[in-house]
Amino acid sequence: MSTIHIDIVSAEHEIFSGEAEMVFAPALLGEMGIAPGHTPLVTQLAPGEVRVKHVDGKEEGFYVSGGLLEVQPKVITVLSDTAMRAEDLDEAAVLKAKEEAERQLHDREAGMDYATALAENAELAAQLQAIQRLRKRAGRG
Amino acid sequence: MAVGKEVRTKIASVKNTQKITKAMEMVAASKMRKAQERMRAARPYAEKIRNVMAHLGAANPEYKHPYLLERSEIKRVGLIVVSSDRGLCGGLNSNLFRDLLKRMKQWDESGIEMDLSIIGNKAASYFSRFNANIIAQKTHIGDAPGIDMLIGSVKVMLDAYMEEKIDALYVVSNTFVNSMTQSPTVEQLIPAKSAEDEDMQHHWDYIYEPDAKEVLDLLLERYIESLAYQAVVENIACEQAARMVAMKSASDNAGTLIDELQLIYNKARQAAITQELSEIVSGAAAV
Repeated sequence: MSTIHIDIVSAEHEIFSGEAEMVFAPALLGEMGIAPGHTPLVTQLAPGEVRVKHVDGKEEGFYVSGGLLEVQPKVITVLSDTAMRAEDLDEAAVLKAKEEAERQLHDREAGMDYATALAENAELAAQLQAIQRLRKRAGRG
Repeated sequence: MAVGKEVRTKIASVKNTQKITKAMEMVAASKMRKAQERMRAARPYAEKIRNVMAHLGAANPEYKHPYLLERSEIKRVGLIVVSSDRGLCGGLNSNLFRDLLKRMKQWDESGIEMDLSIIGNKAASYFSRFNANIIAQKTHIGDAPGIDMLIGSVKVMLDAYMEEKIDALYVVSNTFVNSMTQSPTVEQLIPAKSAEDEDMQHHWDYIYEPDAKEVLDLLLERYIESLAYQAVVENIACEQAARMVAMKSASDNAGTLIDELQLIYNKARQAAITQELSEIVSGAAAV
């Protein structure tokens, strides 16, 4: 009985890795079953369940909220999204990130002042050094 | 006996501080272990994507995604700056900012403008004071951020790149060398180095659903996001490691301080006893 290796990974952790007799995945254009020796394929996944049929005939399901599926004759890779992703949801996240930046910076002037930044950084470093020197001297005395 | 009351209070207060720093040290140590695990757990995803990208690159070399193309003229760059949310972690953030400022100054001198996307409180408060051009910001990501927290900050930059507002994208963060060493790095995300696989000589292509371009676009977007996520998780591990070291040295310093104060206190007490004795003796002699 031939088997196919399947890896299910998300950006945050590895979800499953092992041998399977057959794999069912919710592709964007409809549910598909993949048997060993399938022709190479890349497809986008819709939210749903990736079902892995183990060698002993048991089935195990993994929920994915979208992602990508890559099939090669002997290996299947599922790159799963853990977060709910949709164009408008992503846009909302973008807007939120922008808003947060704007809220803090509404009264700034044009152009970044590197001189001040560097000077301030140097000043801090000098202060730190001074403290260390003082501490050393105190330790000796 | 009311000798050295101030010294005693001082010792008590330093002891309390030492308890806090010790507790923080231990908390940071355990959080660091967890952060390191998360760092490791995030690796397979990026590796797998890189593999698929290599396959795709070999299968259809005619389509190059914009993220893989180097632009001839760079007028403006995007920077994703990753920092910690909290302080008390030694020189971690200020080392990173110093390195970054040097780079920014170079860019500025060669006429390249910069857009910043900020992750973490410390960078937000630092760069907002210097009129940096911050276009997006995300703070309070916590100890175990999900990738969903970063989508906004990364996508802002990806969109800017596609609209040709920026011509390159960098991520600025600390890399975890070991628990004693963290090194600040500025790493290029876009144009991404295309993953070339040497031993892929035979020609075959995938079946694409819905179509090649869409799949590739999605893949590259996820890839860049996963790199950014990796940087954030790694930075958290760095933060905890740096905090652990800083708190350990603070506890040690408190220990030496306590010893010194104890010595002063003992001397004062001894002096008081001696004085009292000599007073009694001379009093008896006078009778």
